[in-house]
Amino acid sequence: MSTPLDDLFVKVRAENRAALIAYIPAGFPTNDGCKKVIQAFVDGGVDAIEIGFPYSDPVMDGPTIQAAADQALSQGTGAKEVFEALKCATDLGVPAVVMTYWNPIEKYGVEKFAQAITDNGGSGVITPDLTIEESDSWKSAVEKSAINPIYVVAPSTADARLGDVTARCGGFVYAASLMGVTGTRTSVSSGASDLVSRIRKTTQTPVAVGLGVSTRDQAKGVAGYADGVIVGSAFINLLLEATDEEAGLSSVRALAKELAMGVREGR
Amino acid sequence: MTTVENKTGHFGQYGGRFVPEALIGALEELDAARIAAQTDPLFIAELAELHRTYTGRPSIITEAKRFAEHAGGARIILKREDLNHTGSHKINNVLGQALLTKRMGKKRIIAETGAGQHGVASATAAALMGLDCVVYMGEEDTRRQSLNVARMKLLGAEVVPVTSGSRTLKDAINEAMRDWVTNVETTHYLLGTVAGPHPFPSMVRDFHKIIGEESRDQVLALTGRLPDAVLACVGGGSNAIGIFHRFISDTSVRLIGLEAAGDGVETGRHAASISGGSAGVLHGNRTYVLQDENGQTIESHSISAGLDYPGVGPEHAYLHDIGRAEYRPITDAQAMEAFALLSQTEGIIPAIETAHALAGAMQVGKELGPDAIILINLSGRGDKDVQTAAQYFGIPL
Repeated sequence: MSTPLDDLFVKVRAENRAALIAYIPAGFPTNDGCKKVIQAFVDGGVDAIEIGFPYSDPVMDGPTIQAAADQALSQGTGAKEVFEALKCATDLGVPAVVMTYWNPIEKYGVEKFAQAITDNGGSGVITPDLTIEESDSWKSAVEKSAINPIYVVAPSTADARLGDVTARCGGFVYAASLMGVTGTRTSVSSGASDLVSRIRKTTQTPVAVGLGVSTRDQAKGVAGYADGVIVGSAFINLLLEATDEEAGLSSVRALAKELAMGVREGR
Repeated sequence: MTTVENKTGHFGQYGGRFVPEALIGALEELDAARIAAQTDPLFIAELAELHRTYTGRPSIITEAKRFAEHAGGARIILKREDLNHTGSHKINNVLGQALLTKRMGKKRIIAETGAGQHGVASATAAALMGLDCVVYMGEEDTRRQSLNVARMKLLGAEVVPVTSGSRTLKDAINEAMRDWVTNVETTHYLLGTVAGPHPFPSMVRDFHKIIGEESRDQVLALTGRLPDAVLACVGGGSNAIGIFHRFISDTSVRLIGLEAAGDGVETGRHAASISGGSAGVLHGNRTYVLQDENGQTIESHSISAGLDYPGVGPEHAYLHDIGRAEYRPITDAQAMEAFALLSQTEGIIPAIETAHALAGAMQVGKELGPDAIILINLSGRGDKDVQTAAQYFGIPL
């Protein structure tokens, strides 16, 4: 059985373009504000949405997403708000996944978490700190709830290991473009295209590239070789810098439109 | 029963690796390097020579007869890790990892520190071996422990105040992990306790197990028998696992870890992960963690910056679950009472961390009575705590 995310990649392949995937932490800038951002993503032409589960110890995230997570946590954001945001996105007809560090899943209950994704129309979960060696309970939970398990691979992932990781991925493989944490960069690492081609030797699953993408030109460049382009910190920066909520939302819409053009210009 | 982890670094359900994929290569490289070093006579000799001529090993034992009067009259024997160069057990691990760093061809080390003891030890080893050293320290802790910040800078290290999250040790570890993810090709993360992803809990224990090996022989030579109990304070748990490990197979010897209970476990303001936490994942391993219903880490509280950590090494979690070791909470007030008592009965000012173990000995000694022999890891000296202690006891500075 395919998820809405699986169907999206079939569709964008047919259109010969990459998908635009946008990230927002639940509860940021506020619980209601997050839902407005999701609407702005959709209005701007985003193809799929990642809802972040704000976590107290986000070792893969740079200062921008840390600041957003801190703000969301200080307002009491938890699992309930994460699933609310997920449902908000999927109710708008957009494929959506949750991105979360492992401990909140374990605390919620592994099977229960996977089932809550399905119950709220979600397609899958990105787990940046879950290694395949620790993923047996998660594997059976995602199979039972028929959702996509999305693992992150890095430029340093050795060829011998790469296939083992991508074999566990569903929906897409999350390729980290560089060695480092989330955040905008002036250019997308050249290592990204090498990593994508190494991934493709191991799997037919679509590949999306994240870390450091913030402009239409960068999106266009990545769309030349990847099936999906993931943008997070650039949107959050706009919201953190905005003078008021409406200004922030309109900048988000405008950037989404730009990026949506970028992912259509790559090939 | 001496080595309890399996090849993937699991102690029962605890330990393992919960890290970004970007770090797997470096962890594999480190695991291979430390396994090769363990059986390499050159490495073993080099580390032993450093310990003899630089650390000051073997550290002595001291029988604390006057202090013993306050501990039910039991024989109290102190393993004097406070006499090591840099003033605590931390140097054992730091020298071992710094040698490994050189073997791996890396030129830069990064470290986290809470009280500053591990940061000072790391800066010391970096100076000795010509490595670049960056120490991450919560902004809050840089203020509480400004003397140690100055020590690290004098030793040539860069100290980076961490302003994210709660601005304490756990956030310093997060920031060190972020640095490592970015600079992993040139940099070794010199983690200071028996936590973190595999192989850190096993490797750091192996560099500290010399404490138990030496003191087991020393107690046998002094008393003609094994101790009835071995006590140590537990934050992350490195000094405790160091002295416990050699005794794990001596099933007649009770192993007792003393956790920092702050204002009391029942108040919620504490750092007692085993006594007052639950199983979860933090900083790359599964262990006991202070966490809320959403799996968010709860801030810990202790008068001792070195025990002020919301997790604990996975081997301790395992030893607790199988019943081989016991863990008890000691409040700030109990620890400070023992701190003053050791200072005034033996002329030894202990680290406030260590005072938790001494407070535990006062309880255990009374339970076991005058025939008992109790070995305590005197893990560090209290010079760094003079300001905190003076404030606590109302001594004007």
